[in-house]
Amino acid sequence: MKHRRHIAPSAVVWLLIGGLYFTIPLIATFDISLKSPQTGKCCTTANYSWVLHNGDFWHTLKISFMLAVETVIIALLLFVPTIYWVHLKIPRLRPVIAFLALIPFVVPPIVMVVGLLKVFKGTPAWFYQQPWGFLAASYVILAFPYMFFSLDAGFRSIDVHTLTEASQSLGARWTTTLWRVILPNIKAAALAGSFLTLAIVMGEFTIANLAAFHTFPIFIQYVNESQGFPAGALTLMSFAITWVAMLSLLVFGRRKGGGPGGIAGMRR
Amino acid sequence: MTFSGVAANFGGVPLAFAFIATIGPLGMVTVFFRNHFGYDLTEHGITLFGKTGVELAYLYFQFPLMILVIAPAIDGLRREWREAALNLGASNLQFWRHVGIPVLMPSLLGAMILLFGNAFAAYATAYSLTAGSIPIVPNLISAYYTGNVLDNPHLAQALAFGMFVVLAGTMAIYIPLQRRSARWAK
Repeated sequence: MKHRRHIAPSAVVWLLIGGLYFTIPLIATFDISLKSPQTGKCCTTANYSWVLHNGDFWHTLKISFMLAVETVIIALLLFVPTIYWVHLKIPRLRPVIAFLALIPFVVPPIVMVVGLLKVFKGTPAWFYQQPWGFLAASYVILAFPYMFFSLDAGFRSIDVHTLTEASQSLGARWTTTLWRVILPNIKAAALAGSFLTLAIVMGEFTIANLAAFHTFPIFIQYVNESQGFPAGALTLMSFAITWVAMLSLLVFGRRKGGGPGGIAGMRR
Repeated sequence: MTFSGVAANFGGVPLAFAFIATIGPLGMVTVFFRNHFGYDLTEHGITLFGKTGVELAYLYFQFPLMILVIAPAIDGLRREWREAALNLGASNLQFWRHVGIPVLMPSLLGAMILLFGNAFAAYATAYSLTAGSIPIVPNLISAYYTGNVLDNPHLAQALAFGMFVVLAGTMAIYIPLQRRSARWAK
């Protein structure tokens, strides 16, 4: 059966309005980023070089990036073996963990940070006063649902039992099985979860702000408040980082079902 | 869909600046209206730093999220249902009234609750846009925690718990709805 594909004129109008609503802020930001900070006239790349020559920019970007990498590593080390074990030995527990994974989703960062500041009070200074301690711990919690749902989809798409039995009957130890057999099979899921975590940590503002750490988003906020024109350049750059992380996620996610991991990204 | 996936993740501080650049006091659209139509947006109550501005900015990530959440449900509406309804003599309106909307209802309600939670809990965008001056709960919590004048962590903890109760309530409604809407997506 053939059906006519006709598009209503009202749909075109709505799409156009929607398109304008989503592109105009980006164009306006680009426009501002090209204006000279001294004269306010177009067109100069001075703002971009201001950002690139700013020591704080590189410093905070490095902190945020290292934090993201640390969070991804800790999260993978924690969740890959856990979810593997749950799928292999105690599948009854899977719904329980899925429910637990919803909690950081329901409790927003602004509420979570209040609790974390209280709970972690009294921990040693190397933990409480360092982004590598306090923030990384918080971000692993934030990353938990995203990591869990991508990894869970990955583990569900492979036959964990057969793979494990085959590997063990060939004489592999647990670590070898996990590292050489299971991990290559869930690589796409692990990568998707990692990119999502990366994007979240690079853009996380709430917890860093309330716990008074100087990460990349805090730097953007500082520039927003103090330097109008370079802020445009910086904003576009930070959008570019989100773009790259999300696009890599989509590229890697395509291969295996995607799962709900891509939906409803970070909390603002 | 791809664009929605990316745009739903725009937010926070950079998004706030993008809106300042658009309809802030010196924003592109503000200046455009002033120069070409002699119409001053700020005089007519469209200021970015109040409720309207924050709502406009929130819509920027709420729209794509809505698309992401509702698109699978709309895909689940089968062409055959519509044909069956039309064969039985239903009008377009009747189809939506008696088949389309009822089938979509759990997904629609679920999406509304999800979006409510998302906007209710949002902090960075509003904070960055209004420098913490708009009186929403997350801003108050932050003011009680980091403020110089208002320093009252216990009140902040109470407010945070209040938010948690509201969000836990929305989830308690959302999960059964999700289950119901999954029934049609086979």
